[in-house]
Amino acid sequence: MTLNYRKHYTKFRKAFAMTAAALALITVIGCHKKSSGIDPNSLGPTNASEPVAASPSASITADPLAIDLGQSVVLNWRTQNATVVTIDGIGQVNVNGTQTVSPSNSTNFHLTAKGDGGTIEANVRVTVRVPVAPTVPPPTGNLPGDMGSEAEFHKNVQDAFFDYDSADLRPDAQAATAQAASYLAAHPGIKVVIGGYADERGSAEYNLALGETRANAARTALTAAGVAPGRLRVISYGKEKQFCTEENETCWQENRRAQFSLDR
Amino acid sequence: MVRTPRISNRPILQSFLTLAAVCVIGLATTPSRAQDSIFTGTNTGAANIRIAVADFKAGSSDAQTAPFKRTFDVTLYADLASAGIFDIVSKSLAPQASPGAPNEINLSQWSAEPASAAMVAFGSLAVQSGRLVTNGFLFDAKNSQYPQVLAKQYNEEPSEDSARQIAHRFADEIIFRLGGGVPGIAETKIYYVKIGGGNKEIWQMDYDGANQHAITHLGTVSLSPRVSPDNSRLAFSSLGRDGFQIHMYSLLLGRMVNFPTNGGASFSPAWAPGGKDVAYSSTRSGSPSLWISDSSGNLARRVTSFKGGDVSPTYNPKTGAQIAWISGRTGLPQLYVMDSDGSGIMRITDTGYASSPSWSPNGQFIAFAWNRKYGPGAPGGQDIYVMEVAPGKDGAHRWIQLTHDGGRCDFPSWSPDGRHITYANTADGRPDHMKIWTMLSDGTQKRALTGTGGDMPNWSWK
Repeated sequence: MTLNYRKHYTKFRKAFAMTAAALALITVIGCHKKSSGIDPNSLGPTNASEPVAASPSASITADPLAIDLGQSVVLNWRTQNATVVTIDGIGQVNVNGTQTVSPSNSTNFHLTAKGDGGTIEANVRVTVRVPVAPTVPPPTGNLPGDMGSEAEFHKNVQDAFFDYDSADLRPDAQAATAQAASYLAAHPGIKVVIGGYADERGSAEYNLALGETRANAARTALTAAGVAPGRLRVISYGKEKQFCTEENETCWQENRRAQFSLDR
Repeated sequence: MVRTPRISNRPILQSFLTLAAVCVIGLATTPSRAQDSIFTGTNTGAANIRIAVADFKAGSSDAQTAPFKRTFDVTLYADLASAGIFDIVSKSLAPQASPGAPNEINLSQWSAEPASAAMVAFGSLAVQSGRLVTNGFLFDAKNSQYPQVLAKQYNEEPSEDSARQIAHRFADEIIFRLGGGVPGIAETKIYYVKIGGGNKEIWQMDYDGANQHAITHLGTVSLSPRVSPDNSRLAFSSLGRDGFQIHMYSLLLGRMVNFPTNGGASFSPAWAPGGKDVAYSSTRSGSPSLWISDSSGNLARRVTSFKGGDVSPTYNPKTGAQIAWISGRTGLPQLYVMDSDGSGIMRITDTGYASSPSWSPNGQFIAFAWNRKYGPGAPGGQDIYVMEVAPGKDGAHRWIQLTHDGGRCDFPSWSPDGRHITYANTADGRPDHMKIWTMLSDGTQKRALTGTGGDMPNWSWK
């Protein structure tokens, strides 16, 4: 599910570079199809007196790995020692994060993490089962029933995060829901699933209630801003679908949220 | 609201006896139900009976006899050793003899030091004519004239499982006879959540951890298994397209049966002791509240109505007239008790983070998980506690802590004899490292029943 081959490749390339930088350049261009730029460290002999920056590491996972067309997948990526992280088709993203995507065909999600210590890649392949029956071409334009693009949805409708053991919308969550509401008002064809999530601490059963209450708080904010209740569906996952499984506040904060997804 | 003075854990026998006295006085506010003798496990105040278990005699030379006899001997010894009412004679102190019948036992050999047994269980086991035939005896070692307390014969299909089940049945006969008439639990089952492959399925095992096997194969996350009092159905909640919903599985039919929950999410079911009603948490009207329906999911009525989540109900199995549950109405989740019509709400805990209550079979105690120093950065641990339902004379509910410093504990569930509690524990805090454990209800004799990946145990009612 996670591929980490770049490290070995970089090492190999460094050895090459020491003998012939030009050859290295060819190697880079020839084998490395999507890297945006050449790591300067690889082009000359390493200066031993300089502190060597830690090389980055990256992993990306998808849950589930296989979907039917129209369903969505949660991508979850973690990197270390990286400053710029990009995912093909999504663009530049946070160094650690999650995103719900709904690819229309089987896709190799290719993550590139660049740091002072080099560049590393990680991949995960999501298989999309496309029905073989012929389908009517979807209507174009902003018609009722038009869900808009997945990327545009996630740019405008972002997760609302919560404090510990709380289902109150913080100012940042209010801003997120306000922006979401205006996007939904402009795209009346979109229906939304609001997923309620809790961090791993506390009881499984109580966290189902807490997730429900969080998702309901986000739902209430959207309906108060004029979104028709019939367009919104609430599902509490409690602490059963953790995106981040480390025991620290950063991770817990990522898990304490109401997440918006297209309800197809 | 209520203070919770800590009962010192060691002189637990005396504590509970004192508790009994305090309850009787303190019960003025509740309808005076007669106090039963207090069985919360080994806390009867009576000294444990010293019992020896002889290895059974192989009654035939059939090749199957030896392995089945070994299973039987190990199971019977373990059942009696873990019953909580015996002081069992270690095999190393017991005579080497394997008396197979009453005329083969030399009682003085067993009553003398170092065995010093008051009771001896012995007998024979044989595979003969395609049947597993077992003769079991219980003799009073100090009564040379009329020593026989019990004689049982079992005739079953020969199998490893038969040998184990016969040992359980014989153990339960002995425990029933010597344990004050309370039926033993060696034939009971534990239902639990098995974590694996990103899913959680419902599994079943014998009370001693043997015979672990899957009940559901749903390929999703299923939680909170609760078996009906007559062992016929299993209620649990399962994640589907519309979130968590309560499902009902017939253990008799071996398939799911209908349980409509009419919108919203529903989870954390609990059976009323008669098996007629099921209480659960539902969000059909918004905030997660407690509802009660009949066991087919019909006639649902709402019993709590308050902002903040109401989850994890458990009936008083003695009366069926009260429900304990967890509510977040005042902030962090706390333990509450009410009458099952929703009246007479009483808050039991006033601090920390309480979860997963289980009401003791005699109605007097609630076991639950409690993190008394819960909060961001707080060093508290989540442990299993037993709280007295009736407040003491000073209005405080007395409690004891049963687990200490062993990692996060959750989901206590009482055995039907009230002498044991099963629970889940993760030593390093990782959710997928949960194991199911059992202990006596005074916190002693802890042992693991499963490997990692076992969670949310529920002990059958019989």
